[in-house]
Amino acid sequence: MSVIENIKDLPKIATRDSYGNALVELGKEKDNLVVLDADLAAATKTGIFKKAFPDRHIDCGIAEANMTGIAAGMSTCGKVPFISTFAMFAAGRSYEQVRNSIGYPHLNVKIGATHAGISVGEDGATHQCNEDLALMRVIPGMVVINPCDDIEAKAAVRAAYEHDGPVYMRFGRLAVPVINDREDYKFELGKGVVLREGKDITIFATGLCVVETLLAAEKLAADGIDAEVINIHTIKPIDEELITASAAKTGRVFTVEEHSIIGGLGSAVSEVLSEKQPTKVTRIGVNDVFGESGPAVELLHKYGLDAEGIYNKVKETV
Amino acid sequence: MNKLELQKTAVEVRKGIVTSVHSAKAGHPGGSLSAADIFTYLYFEEMNIDPKDPKKADRDRFVLSKGHTAPGLYSALANRGYFPVDDLLTLRHTGSYLQGHPDMKHIPGVDMSSGSLGQGLSAAVGMALAGKMDKKDYRVYALCGDGEIQEGQIWEAAMFAGHRKLDNLVVIVDNNNLQIDGPIDEVCSPYPIDKKFEAFNFHVINIDGNDFDEIAAAFKEARETKGMPTAIIAHTVKGKGVSYMENQAGWHGKAPNDEEYQIAMEDLKKAGEALCQ
Repeated sequence: MSVIENIKDLPKIATRDSYGNALVELGKEKDNLVVLDADLAAATKTGIFKKAFPDRHIDCGIAEANMTGIAAGMSTCGKVPFISTFAMFAAGRSYEQVRNSIGYPHLNVKIGATHAGISVGEDGATHQCNEDLALMRVIPGMVVINPCDDIEAKAAVRAAYEHDGPVYMRFGRLAVPVINDREDYKFELGKGVVLREGKDITIFATGLCVVETLLAAEKLAADGIDAEVINIHTIKPIDEELITASAAKTGRVFTVEEHSIIGGLGSAVSEVLSEKQPTKVTRIGVNDVFGESGPAVELLHKYGLDAEGIYNKVKETV
Repeated sequence: MNKLELQKTAVEVRKGIVTSVHSAKAGHPGGSLSAADIFTYLYFEEMNIDPKDPKKADRDRFVLSKGHTAPGLYSALANRGYFPVDDLLTLRHTGSYLQGHPDMKHIPGVDMSSGSLGQGLSAAVGMALAGKMDKKDYRVYALCGDGEIQEGQIWEAAMFAGHRKLDNLVVIVDNNNLQIDGPIDEVCSPYPIDKKFEAFNFHVINIDGNDFDEIAAAFKEARETKGMPTAIIAHTVKGKGVSYMENQAGWHGKAPNDEEYQIAMEDLKKAGEALCQ
């Protein structure tokens, strides 16, 4: 619980920054790593990679579909391309290019999708992608990662490079507390992480909702509800074993994500449990609506995805 | 290969197209036949490839952006020795590695999976860019349909290729003038095709795409062109070589029945015999 006790003192870093920093570190070791952008290097934070390795950074201009195809072609020639743009364009606009040019031939392309979810903030609904996890999850062979903080995001970038095949990584614009800065932290693709053990309910959370869920769990504990909090950073392949075991233990499950309640973590957990460990699941997320403009923190509050919103939802349904 | 040998080989490639599509009872003969001479020239003359080592690192690459004409590519690959010609009979059959559209994971010699129109050229551009970055000498060829270039992604890719001066890239447009719904200039005209590629900073060559002298000259000119990619606008006849298929949009995506198959093979047999005289 030490993380939560000193949460106000923790540094805050947006995972898009972690992405850019991790690429620079990895770029020093891996000559075949290349980074592609679509006129958003300043926002995706790959600008620092461009500065460090100008010959290995390719700006494709505002043409995400072409960028996706170029990455596919480069990967057939031994490069490991990381394509970078907003989640809306990486998973949305280029969906079919990702499916057919990368997914179907199972090419070794990594997709770094920043500005995911409503925490994009002021840009509003057109740029707030709440559907990307759903879109990417249905592509056969696609690995989908949604890290919760700086440490995890950097580890995810390295794991993505080391994985042979397509990987979708979801990063955010909003700076979030670094909760994983501890010596025993270890990132394992496809493995959930128990951050708080509990016996009454299980809350599976992903991305920036993980820290909010931990805070909510503390409030619930004060009310006598002992919540197990599990960080699911890999949405696919999902940790069936851990999900099933925890549901069997507590008998009541919640999911929390900054994504539509349709198709993302909530769906993935429900799919596992409906087949292996039938358990009542309440999905907390964006309730099948578009987002809107506003400061990220205010939007997360309005849409019930901060600690208070998660706490309230659990209290009213448990 | 000299011209006569290329012509004879093209007849064999066309026989493979007709035979495979007939066997599949589905597929796209029209655009496969129009591009058969291009396929033949690329795989039997132009490209640095080795059927015994399909993944050779420094090989030239080919992307069939108009992936529905897979029968043309497969027939060229089979006749070149990448896999048995008899396997063409399994095209589109359940369990066959010869998928309806090119599948790089299972078909020897296929450098990129393709079929969703507009996407292949971007992959070819990526290959050409990787070659430039690594200072490799290999060249990259992409074959697009004239209907396919209605896709916007083609022009994203063309803009990038021109901007990056990818002179190791050759785009061939199979300009047979017909798409599923009819003549391309009646459906949604992409003309003038040559002027468009010029505007995207390509060196452009217009040729009769069913004439090996012009095909050979164009690829030679492309090879000699430095500082910009080349677009070869190949004016072709859809269904070329099969009497009743020529210039008929209806043969875009339809297989011949048994009787039509016999006529087609007879047409090609005669064309082959004429070349032997």
